[in-house]
Amino acid sequence: MSRTPLTLALLAVVALALGIPASAQTPGVTATEIKIGNTNPYSGPASAYGTIGKAEAAYFKKVNEEGGINGRKINFVTLDDGYSPPKAVEMVRRLVEQDQVLAVFQPLGTPTNSAIHKYMNQQKVPHLFLATGATKWGDPKNFPWTMGWQPTYQAEGKIYAAYILKNLPNAKVGILYQNDDYGKDYLKGFKDGLGDAAKKVIVMEQSYEVTDPTIDSQIVNLKNSGADVFFNVTIPKFAVQAIKKVHDIGWKPLHILNNVSASVGQVLKPAGVDASKDIITTQYLKDPTDPQWKNDQAYKDWLAFMKKYYPEGNTEDAFNVYGYTVAQTLVHVLKQCGNDLSRENVMKQAASIKDLSLPMLLPGIKINTSATDFYPIEQEQLAKFDGERWVLFGEIFDAGKK
Amino acid sequence: MRRFPTLPVALALLVVAAMLPFVMTGFRLFQFTQVFIYAIALLGLNILTGFNGQISLGHGAFYAVGAYTSAIMIDHWNVPFVLTLPVAGVLCLVVGFLFGIPALRLEGLYLALATFALALAIPQILKYFEHWTGGSQGIVLSKPDPPVFLRAADARVHLTPDQWLYFLTLAVLVVLFVLASNLLAGRTGRAIVAIRDNAIAAQAMGVNSALYKSLTFGVSAAYTGIAGALSAGAVAYVAPDTFNVFLSITLLVGIVIGGLASIPGALFGAFFIQFVPNWAQEISKAAPWAIYGIFLIVFMYVMPRGIAGSLRLAWARLGRARAGTPTGA
Repeated sequence: MSRTPLTLALLAVVALALGIPASAQTPGVTATEIKIGNTNPYSGPASAYGTIGKAEAAYFKKVNEEGGINGRKINFVTLDDGYSPPKAVEMVRRLVEQDQVLAVFQPLGTPTNSAIHKYMNQQKVPHLFLATGATKWGDPKNFPWTMGWQPTYQAEGKIYAAYILKNLPNAKVGILYQNDDYGKDYLKGFKDGLGDAAKKVIVMEQSYEVTDPTIDSQIVNLKNSGADVFFNVTIPKFAVQAIKKVHDIGWKPLHILNNVSASVGQVLKPAGVDASKDIITTQYLKDPTDPQWKNDQAYKDWLAFMKKYYPEGNTEDAFNVYGYTVAQTLVHVLKQCGNDLSRENVMKQAASIKDLSLPMLLPGIKINTSATDFYPIEQEQLAKFDGERWVLFGEIFDAGKK
Repeated sequence: MRRFPTLPVALALLVVAAMLPFVMTGFRLFQFTQVFIYAIALLGLNILTGFNGQISLGHGAFYAVGAYTSAIMIDHWNVPFVLTLPVAGVLCLVVGFLFGIPALRLEGLYLALATFALALAIPQILKYFEHWTGGSQGIVLSKPDPPVFLRAADARVHLTPDQWLYFLTLAVLVVLFVLASNLLAGRTGRAIVAIRDNAIAAQAMGVNSALYKSLTFGVSAAYTGIAGALSAGAVAYVAPDTFNVFLSITLLVGIVIGGLASIPGALFGAFFIQFVPNWAQEISKAAPWAIYGIFLIVFMYVMPRGIAGSLRLAWARLGRARAGTPTGA
């Protein structure tokens, strides 16, 4: 036993000795390399998300083979946190203190990022483009080193509100939501979006606990309230139940389903194609299973990338589109930095993205940030389920616009 | 047989441990703090499973109760971190004792299943009391600061929060290890072990089996709860996802690898569960748990009595005096 800590102690001393002269410049940056850290759940309950980290690593490999960024190669150090907050703290501390990365990019999960949120900001290390939809990641005043990426639950709620205000001003909306931060985030965004109209438009709110066995009685209550729009804020298991129950009791509202449960394979098909037809949700990425992109150049490029750099990855998995696109966002920021790869400048460039459109974002969706806007993607488009797949319709909604 | 020089070795290790904070980075210190925290939890579980023979697959639940006790006291009432540790210990002692009473009716695998249920239930229970626990978002804490005399401008010794947590955890570890070895070396310890070896014979000798078993459960839970409270401070964040079933199983792996019914075994086990998953990841990113599994099998094959048991055996062979009866199991 005494050998292990002794070896480690010696290693630590050596690491310290080596680390001191290098600290004159920005950690993680040399003339030939930019070191970027990341954690992903490669094992554990959320390991289905692990493919995101692999797709990102594959994309950086492609960038490196094509010459890197201003002559520097990206050294992407990605570690497994098993979706466990303590492990995430340990791994991120390793990345920052031992591996000396320039920035921590795309750590995945709300609980894991909550655990490192304060640490990253105390250390003043860029905590960029987190893989979670919580709203708290866009708070530049209190957490100037942390920035999200994907549309937040609140932003999505606002988009549904905008759609209703525009197209169904006399709607009577019944809401079912999960009684936790995720459900309340959607509710808040929806109400903020409706503004003064909220009191008139929302006729009933029903909630459920994750531990509840069914939500049948809530659905019956919502029907009896006379609502003609059903805003369904549920995770996949309850979304299936809700879709079935609405159909079974003969309620025919305009059914809005949150993007969290918008999976055709996991939710709509199990609930029944008849019951699911005409449900509405939002999207912001090109769905790789959608035949309308078959001949789209961006889709073809993505497919070629997958075949060459991540051949074991699933080309029907939207997470691989997600990883590809968010990695492109980081590459854009690093390119903008030019030769000033200080941590301050990385944050400054991340907070000054103007109308960036990336190939696998839906046409018209642009990434915008500013010193006060730390929500990169706030635009989404509505899609309707035609019994086979999601069909995009209408214009792009922007939750960032007042 | 020459006795192993336990005390000098322990003191030498303690001196080394006390010097580490001045040569190591904060990240390494954090890892060692985690090792000590695990060691306390493992010692608690080992008292129950190794010494008393009751299998628990649910000690992660007590770890969670300890962690949340500490986090809630800090978050809601601004109680200093250090004061939350004894409260977490006492609360877990009571919860463990009460859980131990119905558990008396369950033996072996049935008890394992009952405690497993506890491990399964705890994340959901934590989410249910959202007002107190912060629901699935958990509670974000600030890293506990060292006491004023260790961080004031005119203080003679300055400690960073990492160093302070390390020393605090080390101190708690030493106190709890000494208490445990005193407890187990005496009359109580003999009664606890006697119940494991032959409950009927122990009762015939006048040991109150029911009382001792419940008490052991309580003490075991208290140790694990204190470890949980320390982890809340070290990680500065608690969330239900931290305390899943896997944590309970990891603790069980730790005591078996470290050495059942061995006090230093808890420390060996803690090193294993802290560092081996990381090494496994270094070897293969694609299948770290397969590598971890191979490590486990190799360890069990080469050291069937855990690390502590093998060291004991090696010492006995080294002394070439194998006449005495081997102690422990």
